[in-house]
Amino acid sequence: MTGRTLPGKPIVAGSAAGRALVSREPLSFWGGISPRTGEIIDRRHERSGANVAGRIFVFPQGKGSSTSSATLMESIKTGVAPAAIINLKVDPILALGSIVSDELYHKAVPIVVLAEKDFYSIREDDSLTIEPDGTVKINT
Amino acid sequence: MSVKLSTRDEQLLNGQHGKAARMAMRILVRMAEVQGADEMMDVSQAHIDGCGLLSDTGLEFAETLAVKGGKVSIPTTLNMGPLDLQNWRQFGVGEDFAAKAIRQAKAYTDMGCIPTWTCAPYQSYLTPRFGQQIAWGESNAICYANSVLGARTNRYADFIDICAAITGRVPKCGLHLEENRKGQILLRLVDIDPAIMQSNAFYAVLGHLIGTVSGDKIPVIEGLPVNVSSDQLKALCAAAASSGALALFHAIGVTPEANTLEEAFKGDKPEKSIDIHLSDLQKFRADLSTAAEGDKLDLVVLGCPHFSFDEFRNLAKLIRAETEKGKTLRPDVRFIVISCHTSYALFRRSEFFNVLIDFGVEVTLDTCIFHTPMVSSATKVIMTNSGKCAYYAPGELGVQVAFGTMAECVDSAVRGYVCRKEAWV
Repeated sequence: MTGRTLPGKPIVAGSAAGRALVSREPLSFWGGISPRTGEIIDRRHERSGANVAGRIFVFPQGKGSSTSSATLMESIKTGVAPAAIINLKVDPILALGSIVSDELYHKAVPIVVLAEKDFYSIREDDSLTIEPDGTVKINT
Repeated sequence: MSVKLSTRDEQLLNGQHGKAARMAMRILVRMAEVQGADEMMDVSQAHIDGCGLLSDTGLEFAETLAVKGGKVSIPTTLNMGPLDLQNWRQFGVGEDFAAKAIRQAKAYTDMGCIPTWTCAPYQSYLTPRFGQQIAWGESNAICYANSVLGARTNRYADFIDICAAITGRVPKCGLHLEENRKGQILLRLVDIDPAIMQSNAFYAVLGHLIGTVSGDKIPVIEGLPVNVSSDQLKALCAAAASSGALALFHAIGVTPEANTLEEAFKGDKPEKSIDIHLSDLQKFRADLSTAAEGDKLDLVVLGCPHFSFDEFRNLAKLIRAETEKGKTLRPDVRFIVISCHTSYALFRRSEFFNVLIDFGVEVTLDTCIFHTPMVSSATKVIMTNSGKCAYYAPGELGVQVAFGTMAECVDSAVRGYVCRKEAWV
């Protein structure tokens, strides 16, 4: 299998594989994602109606409420969290949700930050693999 | 990158201070790495917001720390919780919800938190002092502590707040550091009648505007009157931390790090200056309402953030004026005031206590309408004097909201429909 390798910075380290769900807009998880279904419920968001469960969710950064950490944690517990998150900018609130879940349930959502050109090179439905050192592989 | 740890930090991580402290410290050090902090630092007070929302994971997290023997190591106050702990039955809250909420409350008080249960801790108990390093949650309280008191805190999200309280340590970064507290943009109030600035509604509207225009910059406000009250600044902070993520603002001649323009910008020039005109405020005021003039009113909500003793007194004056004219609360309108036990204790002893109660005001304590299921689904239109409540109510409660002054709220409650008459609207 061939592909491209993107060097990323691991914010919350871990391994994951899945298909990319790509958005160019920031999102607040609280009020933005249903922790019961994984659906994007912010009706003003460009990916409203899409489902993040099991996907590698590629979006620039979080925004808004600090309760987003609780929403991410709740979605990890209910099993509808993204397989991993790829951001352009570090979001401490989302990192916190994943880290607390890791400490409490030993289940984290890996979070990686990519450089701008790499971030924008990922396309919807790309098959991605994430490694603990932050490396993102686009499989072809 | 690795975070430099003190001997005590190492001990906390090794479990020498117990299992809960170990878990809390692990979370804090991992967050220090995420935030790019070089080392940890002491904080001497904490305010917990994670006790507010009831979720299965939030409850499990709190109980896990409590069962592991977690105890706070610094004075720690609690934000409002998901339940009026004494009177929840009269607000129609279900048994199952209440049982879980009581468990969550117990987990936090078992860890030694002070049961203040308020989102206006700065008006209640253990008010931080200038320059004090603290770890506070709750957006309005963070903004007030940094801006009005000159204490120093980052925006502590749910769960990391209690970790800081248990260990007394936080990542050394952000607003804890002097160099990150200087003003960045200048907001000038121009052509605004000083009389308008006496109205509390002005501060909620101004906050809504500032939160929207500031982005991630620290704004400096020029033109606020020096006699601005604690309740007015509270209204400003709450609105600004709802429409935006404002954690710190300066106001020339009003807030302690901004005696002069030079001090606020630490000798630098503003990156940008924005003039705020009356027309801007009118626009932002209109933006806070989704309900229309004349809409039938179901519920008035005051006390977001929690009502102070002064606000109880102001409300009593307005209600007395109505009852002296023979006016009464419309039977189909509910009138709820949200507060905390410290303000209520003073109110309970006041000579105007019965003025409110006889009018039909229901007072709920410890909680808020967003976190406890006390607003019935039949409620369609609510009215409030809070910018924060007006901002969140449509999305969180699925209601139409009318923003107005306290006087307009009382007047509308008597009439049974939304009615606003303030001149500058």
